[in-house]
Amino acid sequence: MRDPLSKVITTIEPSGIRKFFDIVSEMEDAISLGVGEPDFDTPWHIRDEGIYSLEKGRTFYTSNAGLKELKIEIAGYMNRKYSLTYDYNKEILVTVGGSEAIDIAMRAMLDPGDEVLIPQPSYVSYEPCCVLANGTPVIIELQDKNEFRLTAEELEAAVTPKTKLLVLPYPNNPTGAIMEKKDLEAVAEVVKKHDLFVLSDEIYSELTYQTDHVSIASLPGMRERTIVINGFSKSHAMTGWRLGYACGPKVILEQMLKIHQFAIMCAPTTSQYAAVEALKNGDGDVAMMREEYNGRRRYVLKRFRDMGLSCFEPFGAFYAFPCISEFGMPSDDFASKLLNAKKVAVVPGTAFGKSGEGFIRISYAYSLEDLKEALDRVQEFVEELREKH
Amino acid sequence: MREKILTFIEKNSRIDLKDLAVMLGVDETAVMNELESMEKEGIICGYHTLINWDKAGVEKVTAMIEVRVTPQRGMGFDKVAERIYNYPEVTSVYLISGGFDLMVTLEGKTLREISQFVSDKLSALDQVLSTKTNFILKKYKDHGTVMAARAKDERIMMA
Repeated sequence: MRDPLSKVITTIEPSGIRKFFDIVSEMEDAISLGVGEPDFDTPWHIRDEGIYSLEKGRTFYTSNAGLKELKIEIAGYMNRKYSLTYDYNKEILVTVGGSEAIDIAMRAMLDPGDEVLIPQPSYVSYEPCCVLANGTPVIIELQDKNEFRLTAEELEAAVTPKTKLLVLPYPNNPTGAIMEKKDLEAVAEVVKKHDLFVLSDEIYSELTYQTDHVSIASLPGMRERTIVINGFSKSHAMTGWRLGYACGPKVILEQMLKIHQFAIMCAPTTSQYAAVEALKNGDGDVAMMREEYNGRRRYVLKRFRDMGLSCFEPFGAFYAFPCISEFGMPSDDFASKLLNAKKVAVVPGTAFGKSGEGFIRISYAYSLEDLKEALDRVQEFVEELREKH
Repeated sequence: MREKILTFIEKNSRIDLKDLAVMLGVDETAVMNELESMEKEGIICGYHTLINWDKAGVEKVTAMIEVRVTPQRGMGFDKVAERIYNYPEVTSVYLISGGFDLMVTLEGKTLREISQFVSDKLSALDQVLSTKTNFILKKYKDHGTVMAARAKDERIMMA
């Protein structure tokens, strides 16, 4: 029999995040700090709208780009939150989570040989999506000393004549890093200078704890070269609804719409009705969850400080990224040993790129009691390791 | 800061003050001082425990009694409310808008105990015009807490 597989797909590794999960789920009284989604249920009024749409028999396709009502709400949201103006009719596309938007944006924008700059550590899908879209991923290794922000110098050093697209994943999973306006301004200058485009994944934009999130698309001259990706998963605790969106200039969006049209048809109808409610009446929920995460964030950070683990203060998302390099073992070993010895699951930094070596990702999308118990165990583990040395 | 402290302790009054201070990003003495003054000012009125008596296997009967009363000159409803809330078996008394005046929650060991209270004590008050007793059959949610068992964390490590 011939090889049934494409050459490219076999070069792609499966996601490194799930590696420990199967062990965790089998282990009695294991605690996980590895989950990358909110611990809150979707607020009831949003779920209720979804249910109501089902009761009303709204079980048909929507138009390819999404429900008009939802696109209008998204346009309004982008405007009131990030001072961005998009034509709901031509510049907004409702997708199956932010993930689909990442995929189709790359497919719409890349030709073979085009280089895509991907700062890492970052979410696991940019690199494979780029490869599947025939692009060439070029990794920028972010630095702990810069709090994992992307600097203009790092960007400048990575640009070649083939560079076409920069992925900008902030607020960042897994580091919790953010980019403030001044950081974005410096990056935007380099982007414009080399005539690059930006894929700005802002899925965690509602979860910032120091300053309000700024979208790079709102900087002068950037709107026409930026695709902004956002969604409902993290902001409204709606991961399972699979609903995100892309906003950007019509010339790119209309091509993304074609791929979406043929591959997906439209995002789930029930989810779209629920999302209308989320944007209309969900601001209070978002604020409540942010406040709760912020408390846990401070708690987690304090615990790492007390343990003597160095960890820069993360101002976004719901992750902390402490450094474990003092123990002289790869992150992967650290995570395995921690799981075996103390039954706590974390994700090794290397799941998010080579530059994550020496770090682990800790999610604080857990109740305070769970965090406390898990961090007590991490502390014991760390102390035992130090005693051995 | 007060509102933030209250929001946290309303859900969990047993939270470690050290942790609470860390979560609010302030120092522990500041939290303690605020709590103390809010207790003094009567903003914090108590730290009670929410008990599912059904699970504890203890028989309790709760009734919500709608009471119509005649307000008294110069005192409105306050005087009669006081006469009612002073009974220890009364767990809450609210002045209500709408078809009746006071909503009285009563806890007793048996139906008989409650009906006796209503007939002997409540209805016997001069100002009480009528009562309507509603027995609670099942508590689904109390003080913002759903009484059913906590759902297991079914999230998987995906993103």
